[in-house]
Amino acid sequence: MPKPRIKISGGRLIDPENRINDTLDLYIANGCIIAIGEAPDGFQSDIEVDATGLVAVPGLIDLSTRLREPGQEYKASIDSECRAAAASGITTLCCPPDTDPVIDTPAVIELIRYRARQVGAARIFSLGALTRDLDGEHLSEMSALKSAGCIGVSNALKPLASTLVQRRAFEYAATFDLTVFLHANDASLSANGCMHEGHISTRLGLPGIPEAAETVAVARDLALIQQTGVRAHFCRLTTQRAVRMVARAQFDNIPVSADVAVPNLYLSELDTIDFGADYHFIPPLRTQTDRDGLREGLSSGTLSAVCSDHQPHDSDAKLAPFPATEPGASGLDSLLPLTLKLAEENHLLLQDAIARITSGPAKILNLPYGELSVGRAADICIYDPAATWQLNADSMHSQGKNTPFRGWEMQGQVRYTLLDGEVIYRKD
Amino acid sequence: MSNTNIQVREDGRLRHFLSTEGLSRELLTEILDTAESFAGVTEQSVKKVPLLRGKTIVNLFFEASTRTRTTFELAAKRLSADVLNINVNSSATVKGETLLDTLRNLEAMHVDMFVVRHSDSGTAHFIARQVQPHVSVINAGDGRHAHPTQAMLDIFTIRREKGADFGRLSVAIVGDIAHSRVARSQIHGLNMLNTGDVRVIAPRTLLPAHVESLGVRVFHDLREGLRDVDVVIMLRLQNERMEGALLPSEHEYYQLYGLTEEKLSMARPDVTVMHPGPINRGVEIDSQVADGPHSVILQQVTSGIAIRMAVMSMAMQQSTTQDNHA
Repeated sequence: MPKPRIKISGGRLIDPENRINDTLDLYIANGCIIAIGEAPDGFQSDIEVDATGLVAVPGLIDLSTRLREPGQEYKASIDSECRAAAASGITTLCCPPDTDPVIDTPAVIELIRYRARQVGAARIFSLGALTRDLDGEHLSEMSALKSAGCIGVSNALKPLASTLVQRRAFEYAATFDLTVFLHANDASLSANGCMHEGHISTRLGLPGIPEAAETVAVARDLALIQQTGVRAHFCRLTTQRAVRMVARAQFDNIPVSADVAVPNLYLSELDTIDFGADYHFIPPLRTQTDRDGLREGLSSGTLSAVCSDHQPHDSDAKLAPFPATEPGASGLDSLLPLTLKLAEENHLLLQDAIARITSGPAKILNLPYGELSVGRAADICIYDPAATWQLNADSMHSQGKNTPFRGWEMQGQVRYTLLDGEVIYRKD
Repeated sequence: MSNTNIQVREDGRLRHFLSTEGLSRELLTEILDTAESFAGVTEQSVKKVPLLRGKTIVNLFFEASTRTRTTFELAAKRLSADVLNINVNSSATVKGETLLDTLRNLEAMHVDMFVVRHSDSGTAHFIARQVQPHVSVINAGDGRHAHPTQAMLDIFTIRREKGADFGRLSVAIVGDIAHSRVARSQIHGLNMLNTGDVRVIAPRTLLPAHVESLGVRVFHDLREGLRDVDVVIMLRLQNERMEGALLPSEHEYYQLYGLTEEKLSMARPDVTVMHPGPINRGVEIDSQVADGPHSVILQQVTSGIAIRMAVMSMAMQQSTTQDNHA
């Protein structure tokens, strides 16, 4: 069946990549954007989307979405989370390799891709494991992983056995021009910590993760990136100092990028004061100074992406004493409104906020999405900037209802999501 | 902080006893006064009062303990409650579901109070949030977070020795503050009672980050820190601290931080020496001091029963009142 011809009319288009911020019509055919502004000759639409009062942006790209499939289907599934992504305006997802089994063979990538095709609600890309079974010692078959479609390699949150293994892994990844996605963490410093080491961890008697667990790792990683020439990306930085170290490295033309997770832009160690398991994150929520430093890094562009760090859980996962709970929050539903809120609160410009969830992550992943360009796939998110709604278990589309933002008033609601030129989500 | 809310009923009385932090001076004083009245009971030949007759108290211990569990059991029995001791091997993986399941199962047996010890900080708070409205929770130690009955019995002992005016007292806590739930509870309790000067004395490796934010003065030199103090509380040093690269040796620790007669002479002449036990003789304290005239280590154990009776009866009395209203 041919794809519909769609006209999106009357909406405000914001496309940071093409510096568009204007009320313009958008014309779509065969899954692609065919014109912006003026209608092509003889264009007849099958569907006209009236976007008056709405904002159309490129479909969002999320750098880290735990789908929980394969391995933890009791928490969520590719089906449930792709639909949640569509309802949140997210059209491209990047899945970290710490599934069960780990993404260290083409078979697992194929499985994920097959399931994603069945659902048809989002593009899913996978990061391959940097080491076999993420064991931190044996290199994975990176060439095979790349051939199978992996767009980068990562050891997720698992440590590498030594700096030597890390060096070799970087060199091997660089051989195949694979970006290495790093979680900067010195495992011996973070040990069994479950929150930021500071006055709150002291008060609560919870094992802390010192700032140096991140900065020591960033320093070591940067040295090896420089040595090996690998292209690298720091995932989910949490400290102001690490952001400054990365800024310095970028200034020195070391090929690194970095992102931040939404919770670290709004919350801090102070939120943990009542042992609330929804505030249990690894890496942890840091200080308010760090939160401000992350916002600054986002504004300056050192951090070129905001990520949901989506980790949906079953309800039992958070029903235990704080250290025994599973870290992470379900983040797809809040990615767009909480990124818009940064602009609303003047932490960065609206087009920059949009860039951090569209063109920014697209560049990190080296993907041809995240922009509204003629000839490119029509992945589009159309939202109502004035609509407010409350984030809660009923309003969330993800199967995981675990969020520290429960009860928060969200502004900006997705009305249409288009993937490959087809309307895959619509809210009337 | 909502620690306050969860521990206290709407009418201001004690519901759970999870932490000395967040409780008012009045409530802490009431605990001490009530314990004083029970201290008489424990000294009588018939050591029982019928306050909690018909109530069921479960000692739910996920961490090995003899002394604390025994004093809780004795306290409950002297209040005429029925007591059930449940020891869950914490070396077997205790998962969240299991803990909650255990709790739900026991609750179904109409338990009125849980006394909980667990190696994870926050466990008592977690359980207090999960139990039905008529059930009270007493924290018998959670991770490194709090051990409020131990702290209150220490404070009770101090009050008996030094009188009720904490404002003129200088109290030093010596040793492994970083890993000590007792120290945290003592610091909060002493500060809430307006103690004039609370000090911690330890090498940096045994102090938690920003320890001064708890409201203490920090010393690294024992002699200097002990100068003119009224009370010295020695903390137990766990053997495993040598393995985590926190200390070089017991020998060096004893040289620097072991309490000897000579170092104690820096303190006020009528100084009181305390230790929450069990004691490592020759590691953190010299036997001569532990058994000497300044030591009240055995009185602490006796006070433990009175304090636990006080806390249990206060938390449960309120629920009795509530039952009557219902």
